[in-house]
Amino acid sequence: MKFSFSRTGAILRKEFLQLKRDRATAAMVILFPLMQLLLFGYAINNDPKHLDTAVLSKDNSIFARDFIVGMKNSEYFCVDQEVTSEKEGRKLLQEGKVHCVITIPEHFARDLVRGKRPMVLLEADATDPIAVAGAIGAAPRIGAESLAKDLKGALSLLRPAADPFTLCIHKVYNPEGLTRYNIIPGLIGVLLTLMGMMVTAISLTRERERGTMENMLSMPVTPLEVMVGKIVPYIMICYAQAAVIVIFAYFLFEIPVLGNWGLLALALLAFIICNVALGFAISTMVRNQMQSIQVTMLVFLPSMLLSGFMFPFRGMPLWAQAIGSSVPITYFIRIARGILLKGSTFWEIWTNLWPLLLFMCITAAAAVRLYKKTLD
Amino acid sequence: MSAPSYAIDVRDLSKTLEGRLVVNHVDVRVQRGKIYGFLGPNGSGKTTTIRMLCGLLTPDAGEGTCLGLDLRKDLEQIRLKVGYMTQKFSFWEDLTIEENLNFVASVFGMDTPKERVRSCMERFNLAARAHQLAGALSGGWKQRLALAACVLHEPELLLLDEPTAGVDPKARKEFWDEIRALAARGLTVLVSTHYMDEAERCDQILYVAYGNIMAEGTVEEILQQSGFSSLEDSFIYYVNQAMENQP
Repeated sequence: MKFSFSRTGAILRKEFLQLKRDRATAAMVILFPLMQLLLFGYAINNDPKHLDTAVLSKDNSIFARDFIVGMKNSEYFCVDQEVTSEKEGRKLLQEGKVHCVITIPEHFARDLVRGKRPMVLLEADATDPIAVAGAIGAAPRIGAESLAKDLKGALSLLRPAADPFTLCIHKVYNPEGLTRYNIIPGLIGVLLTLMGMMVTAISLTRERERGTMENMLSMPVTPLEVMVGKIVPYIMICYAQAAVIVIFAYFLFEIPVLGNWGLLALALLAFIICNVALGFAISTMVRNQMQSIQVTMLVFLPSMLLSGFMFPFRGMPLWAQAIGSSVPITYFIRIARGILLKGSTFWEIWTNLWPLLLFMCITAAAAVRLYKKTLD
Repeated sequence: MSAPSYAIDVRDLSKTLEGRLVVNHVDVRVQRGKIYGFLGPNGSGKTTTIRMLCGLLTPDAGEGTCLGLDLRKDLEQIRLKVGYMTQKFSFWEDLTIEENLNFVASVFGMDTPKERVRSCMERFNLAARAHQLAGALSGGWKQRLALAACVLHEPELLLLDEPTAGVDPKARKEFWDEIRALAARGLTVLVSTHYMDEAERCDQILYVAYGNIMAEGTVEEILQQSGFSSLEDSFIYYVNQAMENQP
């Protein structure tokens, strides 16, 4: 039986009518991405400042005091507690009451003046390495700057020697190093993966649970007609979600769209088809809605964690990168960041676009292939 | 070429589901224009047999034709000519009566779908409730909608899987009146049921138990073969016999 546009249109009309009456899904389509956007946009910060810090100062010199003042004045350390012993400092770290403990040793001033390079200890709670990474990186510079005004005259020899060259650093595409520039393009991918896969998979398994699939199977419709009729409404829903995120990100978080909107729409289309077709394929392999949610999560979690959305892709071992490279979101996130933040052109995103297009073809073909025309 | 005299002519049909032989080398022959009652206890293989006849399940063994079309090769053609009503109401509860029928009309590619739907609704007295959601209908009205949807494309064969389960006596009577009217117009009907009074309305009945056909014939023939005076007694007799023959 050949593909029929009228039969596909009939399935499409039915799906739209059902969606129109499904208020909960309609609300979720708009509210869910908006809620995530606000939450992620405002809440997530990969460079936290004002870390609670305790100081153990065993030296009461002007140098020690200036060092502490320098730390206090920096935006990374919030030095609001003084402790009198190492044990007390460790207890605060242990209880999570402070993120850092700075210990200034005895005879700090004397050893400094004698050029003995006294050792200041900065203990940071590295259970969350990202939380303290910025502070650890900035600490040497802050320490050196805080003592600069004290190292005058004869003591100026103790000042660190200037580098024999000038390193000029430009943070291109995100000069202020704003976390939301990194998070929000990735969030589009994460939300579309979750919603595209899950809503499509649930919709089809629900048909099976309610018995309506048996009815559909007894009618003269082809797998391709069912797939197109079923996934097109969800493609449109995902587009609406992507639009909500991009528009709110633009106006609320000032995330730029430097590239071509049409290119973004093209990449979105390929990515959305990947996800809804994957959801369709999942629905053919499971028996009920609970199973479809479980399988969706099984695909979604590694997609989110290994795609470069949460953690740097290059920081992962090769095997993890290989897994990350086998999910479409990895490529979409790179494309989205490229188009939004770098203004990438078609050929600049091509290296990530073609794998996405390949995924799209494979998942769509697999969905049609796996769709069973019988109840076997 | 004239149409074959049998609407259903299958031999040696078998199906195993989840390791259990549900249909055991069954032969079914259904004459055109007749109403066949398919009787059997729960789990006897009625639904599985009907599903195989309309192409929803693939037989493990056996061959035959449905409306002269090969049961294995011509599934798409069979689907166009068969109306199948499932045991459980399986139309879309979040669509109205009219929307459900419109969908069926479009999928079957009817020439004048709107007129067909309108006349179908009038015939089944559904017009007044056309805009009511299917999910809000009572059991009797749901059954009426399901039957209307099944015959909308004017099939040659109607397969009804326990269509009157959970329906009140009045609705059952109206349903059977409609079935008889359809049969009078040449439609062949194979209907599975638990109700003996419904069996008596059929031209032919088939007793099935544990995947085997136990008896076949008109009501009079079945009673004669079994030696009982009521269909209920003969039914219990054949079911017990099937149970004893179980390995």
